[in-house]
Amino acid sequence: MKESYHSVGKYKAYLIGFILCIVLTLASYFMVTERLFSVQTIFFTIIGLAIVQTFVQLVCFLSLGKEPKPHWNSIVFLFAAIVLIILVFGSMWIMYHLEYRLMSMPAEGM
Amino acid sequence: MMNADTDSKTFFGFWVYLMSDCILFATLFATYAVLHKGTFGGPSGKELFNLPYALVETFLLLISSFTSGLAMMKIGPENKHRVLGWFFVTFLLGAGFVGMEINEFYHMIQEGNGPARSGFLTSFFTLVGTHGFHVSMGLIWMVIFMAQAFCQGLTPVILRRFVCLKLFWHFLDVVWIFIFTFVYLMGVLG
Repeated sequence: MKESYHSVGKYKAYLIGFILCIVLTLASYFMVTERLFSVQTIFFTIIGLAIVQTFVQLVCFLSLGKEPKPHWNSIVFLFAAIVLIILVFGSMWIMYHLEYRLMSMPAEGM
Repeated sequence: MMNADTDSKTFFGFWVYLMSDCILFATLFATYAVLHKGTFGGPSGKELFNLPYALVETFLLLISSFTSGLAMMKIGPENKHRVLGWFFVTFLLGAGFVGMEINEFYHMIQEGNGPARSGFLTSFFTLVGTHGFHVSMGLIWMVIFMAQAFCQGLTPVILRRFVCLKLFWHFLDVVWIFIFTFVYLMGVLG
């Protein structure tokens, strides 16, 4: 390995990644400003577009998955992703249930 | 002389730092997700956010992420001026982003919608402010490395530092995708 895989940036991958990011950003922007679909459809579409753009940037800009074997960078990324999902969805789940129970308290006569 | 083995260990260590930073942002996103409806009679995201403004910020950061990548394309000690040139462009775009964000925060606070106004605004300022703070630190870092490269040339040690900086910069743009989508776009969507 003469040069690190990070420094040998692939010009083509960068350009494709950059153009894809512009397209994806504009797509989610106009989804919200133009309102051609129902709010729920727009909601899930822009989440999908954000996730796609994240992977475009991870692969094209951060060269994830292109490191030499064993893929330690990808393994650490997966671990962080799992922690992230548990943290965000766990917090939302607990707090919404808490809110629901607090709201229903007077109705149950405390 | 640094060998490729030391380099790959450094990049792996830096990657682990970035992933733990990612978890820091996850906690702030979780806080925002829980508190974003708690406006306490104050304005909601729909009334506060200016989408075209946020879109310009998004593009400034995206283009700067791209130019930081261009700076590190096919690098060697002989192309010092190209590396410095592209990082200078990256710096200007990043500074533009931070400037726009400070301006946005300033106007929100002037109108009485500071972090103390409601739970929603507290979590908003914490999340977006932490990202802005990372970008500002990245800018200071960039100036220091550019000065080092200018004085000492692109030695292997300085090149290795620039690669870490580039990874940091790309990572901040990935975080911004989520801020743009979950805070700005969804705030306006209602």
